[in-house]
Amino acid sequence: MGRAGGPAAPPWHSLPDEVWEHAFSFLPADADRGAAACACHGWLRAERRSRRRLVVPNCYATDPRDAVDRFPSVRAAEVKGKPHFADFGLLPPSWGAYAAPWVAAAADGWPLLEELSFKRMFVTDECLEMIASSFRNFQVLRLNSCEGFTTAGLAAITEGCRNLKELDLQENYIDDCSSHWLSNFPECYTSLEALNFSCLHGEVNFTVLERLVSRCRNLKTLKLNNAIPLDNVASLLRKAPQIIELGTGKFSADYHPDLFAKVEAAFAGCTSLRRLSGTWDAVPDYLPAFYCVCEGLTSLNLSYATVQGPELIKFISRCKNLLQLWVMDLIEDHGLSVVASSCSKLQELRVFPSDPFGHNGGQVFLTERGLVDVSASCPKLESVLYFCSRMTNEALVMIAKNRPNFTCFRLALLEPRSPDYITRQPLDAGFSAIVESCKGLRRLSMSGLLTDLVFKSIGAHADRLEMLSLAFAGDSDLGLNDILSGCKSLKKLEIRDCPFGDKALLANAAKLETMRSLWMNSCSLTVGGCRLLALKMPHLTVEIINDPGETCPVESLPFDSPVEKLYVYRTLAGPRSDTPDCVQIV
Amino acid sequence: MEAAVGYVSGDADSLLMATELRLGLPGTDDQKPKTTFSPPATPRGKKRTADAFEDSAAAEEAHKEADDVEAAPPVAKAQVVGWPPVRSYRKSCFQAAAATKSKANKKAEDATSSNKTTPSAAAPAATSANGGSFVKVSMDGAPYLRKIDMRMYKGYRELREALEAMFVCFSGADTAASNPSEYAITYEDKDGDLMLVGDVPFDMFSGTCKKLRIIKRSEATGLGSK
Repeated sequence: MGRAGGPAAPPWHSLPDEVWEHAFSFLPADADRGAAACACHGWLRAERRSRRRLVVPNCYATDPRDAVDRFPSVRAAEVKGKPHFADFGLLPPSWGAYAAPWVAAAADGWPLLEELSFKRMFVTDECLEMIASSFRNFQVLRLNSCEGFTTAGLAAITEGCRNLKELDLQENYIDDCSSHWLSNFPECYTSLEALNFSCLHGEVNFTVLERLVSRCRNLKTLKLNNAIPLDNVASLLRKAPQIIELGTGKFSADYHPDLFAKVEAAFAGCTSLRRLSGTWDAVPDYLPAFYCVCEGLTSLNLSYATVQGPELIKFISRCKNLLQLWVMDLIEDHGLSVVASSCSKLQELRVFPSDPFGHNGGQVFLTERGLVDVSASCPKLESVLYFCSRMTNEALVMIAKNRPNFTCFRLALLEPRSPDYITRQPLDAGFSAIVESCKGLRRLSMSGLLTDLVFKSIGAHADRLEMLSLAFAGDSDLGLNDILSGCKSLKKLEIRDCPFGDKALLANAAKLETMRSLWMNSCSLTVGGCRLLALKMPHLTVEIINDPGETCPVESLPFDSPVEKLYVYRTLAGPRSDTPDCVQIV
Repeated sequence: MEAAVGYVSGDADSLLMATELRLGLPGTDDQKPKTTFSPPATPRGKKRTADAFEDSAAAEEAHKEADDVEAAPPVAKAQVVGWPPVRSYRKSCFQAAAATKSKANKKAEDATSSNKTTPSAAAPAATSANGGSFVKVSMDGAPYLRKIDMRMYKGYRELREALEAMFVCFSGADTAASNPSEYAITYEDKDGDLMLVGDVPFDMFSGTCKKLRIIKRSEATGLGSK
């Protein structure tokens, strides 16, 4: 390469950009690419021009047009909107997170865009129409926990995106306009690889669906909605035996030996099936129809299946290669101990409550025993979400000792502030053991009776912790201070109903700028404290959120007025302009 | 950090207090009874929690009452918005499933057959599980019913407004503008009882409401406090 200058090799900085772009393509993590871009102008230029995949975890952290300008070659973009606690109804519906500005900016600056994902955002039919008409090689659309659109918007997508490979609709609220979105796929269209319409409530034209499935030989993922009866599910499987991931939709019918035989035969043909979900209202009678695929399953989501008893356990115990299991607490401790001994490769376990609000008598199915057993016998277990009604420090300590490899530990005790049910002590010791033992812990959700003590442990030990969720915990600002002054890697903090006030926030204001976001509701914050925080940290947006209908301007409120909901996040874009009346940016 | 040091020295007393071994919740002096959860004497449901709530104006207010309720021996279980942290989407799905299950169990007990649910039980159960969030809305005097998706509404006000808009054409051909206060909104819960809308937190209501009925106020006396 060295030409005009003699035999010496050219200095690094004069290597052409293409070399750096090629080098950067080997960096798997966006964070690494970001770090490389900070090294010098040359690397910044090379990196940003060659970035193909962009993730924007907070849609308000930057103006969409700036993001598109900075990374002009993006082919796949993922944008997330509302804070996590929106899932539990804590955010007013009109809060924001509109996808429209992102779709408009993308349509302008990324004509070659192939993939778009939105999570917890407000997506309209107009957005979907724009997507369908703006990107000639659009292939993948993923909408997760979004709302604001109807099946008419879907119809625009299926009609307009000739190269569509994946349409993934997960847990969205979609208005059914009885539009024939499924029929809009042209007859010559065969490139579908993944289709998930499990969250749609309306009927779909089964003949159309069957023809679509028949002609798309590369279809690997199919997740049906619960309007499709079992008989039809079996027919579809016969047309698509190559399927890898299946969401069955409704899986119940009166037992009939012919239907059972048909279902069993259909599953027997699916030798590639690895992931199974759906199974709403699964009836025990039909579970044996799955037996032939059990051995091959790596992921099983029975979290909507209200089936319990020996059939359930027999079924799961045959799934010896499970990596991921989502199930209802109807499995009971006994069922989990069978899981522990059968599923030795298990990596992720989620147990959901069948009766979280006590509407069906508050029957208890699951205790701490189940989790202790699984943690003892599954050496690869690293991610847990566990809803149960009681816990002890001893159990948590045992779990921590058994599984120092946890990366995600989320425990939700159904009753707020539940103490150790045997000793009546706070669960400080138990959770401290978890953070001290699990050095790689990235996500933690705590519940039960907790004092400021546990926060000392967390602040001191949880060096890799990125996301922390607290509820009904702590005694004073000391607790919050320990978190914010420790936890070196903290990115997201969400808190509800804890006695934390302004002091800890103000004392650690700089920390908030190193984090992605902070959510607090029903704590002891004041308007004055929030205003001070906003003044101190100009790169943070400080949002005070009231209930819809309460729009008393913040300026007129006294200093010590309580703040019910606070959302703070760092942003390059300054305060957003699309707030509803109930949100005020101080 | 200076601020952190300031904290430790200033609040050492409260830190000591926190380590003191005691029975009961921090901040209370009462002895809490042994059991964490006490199986309720009567089936839990909106009726009991309706007793626990004097007013359900805002869920946050109700939740503050919950603090007081929990300090005392637990009698009525107070419902808190967004707790346990179950996603709204999941709530609507298995609320319907739980109703199906209890209906199916009842039918199974009534019938002599041991394991199968009868087709007649499966069918209504299936409809309620299928469009779990869609409920029929009837109005006295209207020639036909409507259906609404309970998940579309995040609170009572939105629901009321939507219903008013839906039924405005039926409320009194002789009055120029319909008077909403002439009507009361009632609903049928999963036990089949007719209840006045508005007594319990909206989330709880939307999970247990099976049917809505808009009735003339004159017929509503005796149903609610208002």
